[in-house]
Amino acid sequence: MRFTKDHEWVDLVGDTATIGITAYAAEQLGDVVFVELPAAGKTVKVGEALAVVESVKAASDVYAPISGAVTAANSELADNPQTVNDAPEAGGWFVKIKISDPKQVEALMDIHAYNAFLGTL
Amino acid sequence: MTILAVGRPTRSDPDMKSAGTTRSGGALMQDEPLIFELDCWEKTGVDFPRDDFGPDLDASDLAGLTRASPLRLPGLSEPEAVRHYVRLSQKNHAIDLALYPLGSCTMKHNPRLDEKLARLPGFIDLHPLQPMSTVQGALKVMDALAHWLTTLTGMPAVALSPKAGAHGELCGLHTIRAAHEARGDARKTVLAPTSAHGTNPATAALAGYQVVEIGQTADGHVDIADLAAKLGPDVAAVMVTNPNTCGLFEREIIEIARLTHAAGAYFYCDGANFNAIVGRVRPGDLGVDAMHINLHKTFSTPHGGGGPGAGPVVLSASLAPYAPTPWVVHQGGRLALLEHAVGEATASHGRMSAFHGQMGMYVRALAYMMSHGADGLRQVAEDAVLNANYIKARLSGVMSAAFPDGPCMHEALFDDTWLEGTDITTLDFAKAMIDVGFHPMTMYFPLVVHGAMLIEPTETESRRELDRFCDALLELAAAAKAGDVDRFKGAPFHAPLRRLDETLAARRPKLVWTSGD
Repeated sequence: MRFTKDHEWVDLVGDTATIGITAYAAEQLGDVVFVELPAAGKTVKVGEALAVVESVKAASDVYAPISGAVTAANSELADNPQTVNDAPEAGGWFVKIKISDPKQVEALMDIHAYNAFLGTL
Repeated sequence: MTILAVGRPTRSDPDMKSAGTTRSGGALMQDEPLIFELDCWEKTGVDFPRDDFGPDLDASDLAGLTRASPLRLPGLSEPEAVRHYVRLSQKNHAIDLALYPLGSCTMKHNPRLDEKLARLPGFIDLHPLQPMSTVQGALKVMDALAHWLTTLTGMPAVALSPKAGAHGELCGLHTIRAAHEARGDARKTVLAPTSAHGTNPATAALAGYQVVEIGQTADGHVDIADLAAKLGPDVAAVMVTNPNTCGLFEREIIEIARLTHAAGAYFYCDGANFNAIVGRVRPGDLGVDAMHINLHKTFSTPHGGGGPGAGPVVLSASLAPYAPTPWVVHQGGRLALLEHAVGEATASHGRMSAFHGQMGMYVRALAYMMSHGADGLRQVAEDAVLNANYIKARLSGVMSAAFPDGPCMHEALFDDTWLEGTDITTLDFAKAMIDVGFHPMTMYFPLVVHGAMLIEPTETESRRELDRFCDALLELAAAAKAGDVDRFKGAPFHAPLRRLDETLAARRPKLVWTSGD
């Protein structure tokens, strides 16, 4: 699993990356009340707005950590946004993306680098 | 001598222990159902004689528009209706009750003189479709208001009709788009800082623009280098609030305007915090192209449930031709509303509302300006800043100011580092304020400050009320530091409803009441 400074995680299996927000992000947001996800088929580039996550405190854009085409969005989150808080790095995943450039994933932080980054915040 | 035999003691039994009075200062305990739940079908507060509707009226007179279903207005007697609304009013905090420190909302006293003038029959009995010749006085109010708004801001034109701050932002962006499109320049991006009011990016998105965030420096200002890097030929506008939501004046605003104009973009200033600089700074002198002015904030017309907002937008010379209709014009000694895109309004981008805006708010705002005068408006800004700094100074010993260096403008911003280790959050602290009789401050905004507590006292608070507020907060803060967690986790205790489940309310909102039948 890889991580971004915007607190997203990327789990690559084959050429499909599962993307969500980290436990730290979920904790900072507080109770998530709504997640707006892209439709399957949408293509995104690194840094583009991919999803919107809304908590009782704030609404935040989630940026695409990698480029590719969305193959699936987590429909569970529509009815149970709490899943993002309960299992941010498992059942609370946002989208699956068929990646166009594996190097983009390798460039992201590993768990040690991310934990070190969190220590600086 | 006659002894009255009513048996009522003339003084308290000296042996009776006093039960004491409740002095919570915050108790709002009246319970009250919805008005529809008070409905009783056989009751009515008014009695309409049948003949008033004309004895010969029948369904055919209504051209097939006869109502088919019952009206379902609740049936209440007049005293029941009066008590219902008075009880509701007692369930909430009000600016007439105590200081109302919602940062960035500018909840200040609404002068009663303004209210009196707005209720003059010549204003409240007007109909927007009356002939112009019968509403010359109202048009004169609009003309005078436009004059003073443009004078105070140093801008040549104003669109009065927007009905709230965000509506004014939308008006400003529509005007900017019209100006770009008139040159065949279809720009698609709007820049706004991370500390912006949420309405800025929301408005830009609604207007069809891509929103790109500008970063913020460690001392709470717009990051000029980041702005310069993100400006380009696709940027239609830069939206900056000044003073910003951290309560700080953007000292580099002239440079921000210069960079924006050099890139061919327009400079939109969110004027929500104009009350901090009114009479002292003219935004037109800073290079601003468009700015909304919340009449309900700077010019003290009621809001927050007390009345509708009003968000006139002042415009620079380069944007003025594209202003929305209507506006007041002088026609041979008479006043008229220019309502259509003809003549001087040929380039107008259209209308922002069906009629001309919030007339009642125009009267109040003009009354506020005229009764304060130039010296009074200057003092509004001075006192707003002085009061916020008084609070910042008194609370900074215990609470942690987000930007401790130097003075703030009209609002004092604290973060939650001072609560570290107490297990008490900003939310808990805010809820405990209800128990001591104050409305909570704005919390968790701006987003750039952790656990933000944004306090705006406004200029209408006296030293005594500021001290009452600071004493209450310092006492709460001491309790928090002393580990009295229960007082905060359980707060509010003295309120009709206790801690609400905001998460459930957001996830499963019940927005419509339905009767049992």
